[in-house]
Amino acid sequence: MEKRPRSFYVLSLFFALFVLFLYGPTLTIGILSFQGPEGGLTFPMRGVSLNWFHELFQQQAVGDIWGAFRRSFALGLMVMVTTVVVSVMAGLAFRKKFPGSGLLFYLTIASLVIPSILISLGVGLIFNQLGLKVHWATSGFGSQLTWTLPFGLLIMFAVFNRFDKSYEEAARDQGATAWQTIRYVVLPIIAPSLIGVALFGFTLSYDEFARTLLTAGSYNTLPLEIYGITTNVTTPVIYALGTLTTAFSLLIIGAFLLTAWVMARRRARHGSDAGKGV
Amino acid sequence: MKHARETVIGWLQAAPLTLVLLGFLVAPIVTIFIVSFWQATEFSIIPAFSFENYEFLFGSPVTYKVFMATFRYAFLTWAFTLAIGFTVAYYLAFHIRSQTMQIALFLLCTIPFWTSNIIRMISWIPFLGRNGIANQTLMSWGVIDQPLEWLLYSDFSVILAFVHLYTLFMVVPIFNTMMRIDRNLLEAARDNGASGFQTLIHVIVPLTKPGIMIGTIFVLTLVMGDFITVRFMSGSQRANVGRLISNDISLLQYPSAAATAVVLLCTVLIVIGILLRFVNIRKEL
Repeated sequence: MEKRPRSFYVLSLFFALFVLFLYGPTLTIGILSFQGPEGGLTFPMRGVSLNWFHELFQQQAVGDIWGAFRRSFALGLMVMVTTVVVSVMAGLAFRKKFPGSGLLFYLTIASLVIPSILISLGVGLIFNQLGLKVHWATSGFGSQLTWTLPFGLLIMFAVFNRFDKSYEEAARDQGATAWQTIRYVVLPIIAPSLIGVALFGFTLSYDEFARTLLTAGSYNTLPLEIYGITTNVTTPVIYALGTLTTAFSLLIIGAFLLTAWVMARRRARHGSDAGKGV
Repeated sequence: MKHARETVIGWLQAAPLTLVLLGFLVAPIVTIFIVSFWQATEFSIIPAFSFENYEFLFGSPVTYKVFMATFRYAFLTWAFTLAIGFTVAYYLAFHIRSQTMQIALFLLCTIPFWTSNIIRMISWIPFLGRNGIANQTLMSWGVIDQPLEWLLYSDFSVILAFVHLYTLFMVVPIFNTMMRIDRNLLEAARDNGASGFQTLIHVIVPLTKPGIMIGTIFVLTLVMGDFITVRFMSGSQRANVGRLISNDISLLQYPSAAATAVVLLCTVLIVIGILLRFVNIRKEL
């Protein structure tokens, strides 16, 4: 091994500080959520207790958190499945140039860079003018897709740019139809990347605030509920809620990453399944 | 004949994406544009064709002040996220030798992106508050005798939160471009006698420009369109364009909100248009 230059150690320290900057505040509220019943929003800790978590479970104390959680979870799953399906289809379409592909590409990028509040305002206005009620599962769902789909499509671009087309040619040469080629060759190869698309779809929806603000209707999603609470709750109960939500997010992220890792391992162990038939 | 068939299949595959974008991106923008010419009473909005909203917007000195504040937030956040993001990406791409370690550290940087922004903002309170960790620490070290008041609910906390939330949008594209730099070029630079610093300035930075541009577009548009970070981290004491819009919305002044939104959108598009002259996004994926 080559000797490390001095800059390596300086940069390592910088990186460590950056990670501390990223995670430090979250860890702090993690600790403070175990504050004793007399404790306040900052250190010192006045005892250690589960008091604030306990309060979260008492309905009237902080509003309808569990309802909000259920809605956000359901919405996250809806957005996740839609994002995966629509992104894969669009990814397949973009492999060949088709009339309008350039325009659609720029529209997708525009969706990514347009200020979220415009989507929220615009969708709210449309529903209002059409006399429809905004609801998290309709207007909220569509608004969130404008944020998750561009990420899904960009991942699909990255996947297909590295995709070896000779596999498909081989399948076609063996007489596979277009659909069989996609179903038995393309999809299995890109499957691990779809876990990534799903991860983006779920987490971005689960945490989305601005695009859901005017489009969720009378039933709040979790981020909206949390935001409402921050304006009128001044006890560590807000930290307890933050800690639980973050723990749940980390659990989901861990599950996705683990799945991707297991898939990669299995593939490496089994190698090719050529000749085994379908 | 075969060509026409392929075109149809391509269209069918792209149809769901197109429909979502037409319904929830194009239609809302068109609606905002139309409504920006409407008029409002206290209770309802009335279809009209009037430039009243724009006249009011451009006639008010508040607008210019708020736009300037927005640009200032965008510029400062950009400068910090670029400096930090570039350094982190450089470290990951060129100083970490094992690929497993590289992936692990990269994920470590990415994970907060998948958690809630609002909670990440809340988590600064115990740190920056009047009796927060920062003030307590500085006082116990004897650096200050009185708690600093400008740590929380100030421009400082707003920019800190922006940097905290959005540095990742710099790290990822810059790291991505750096990983595709041919390592032989670095060796060639060294063989020709370039110092590490010279290699960085004359080889790595120019080749990383596309990644920097993509990160810049992300950070600038996110900060310029924000309203929640500014509201939360400044304790409602600072304004930016997003807050101007959201205030109008909460007063049910939709036409006025729409006019401000149109001006904001044009501003963002002009900024992106300028940046896109420097990079071809599609080539960079």
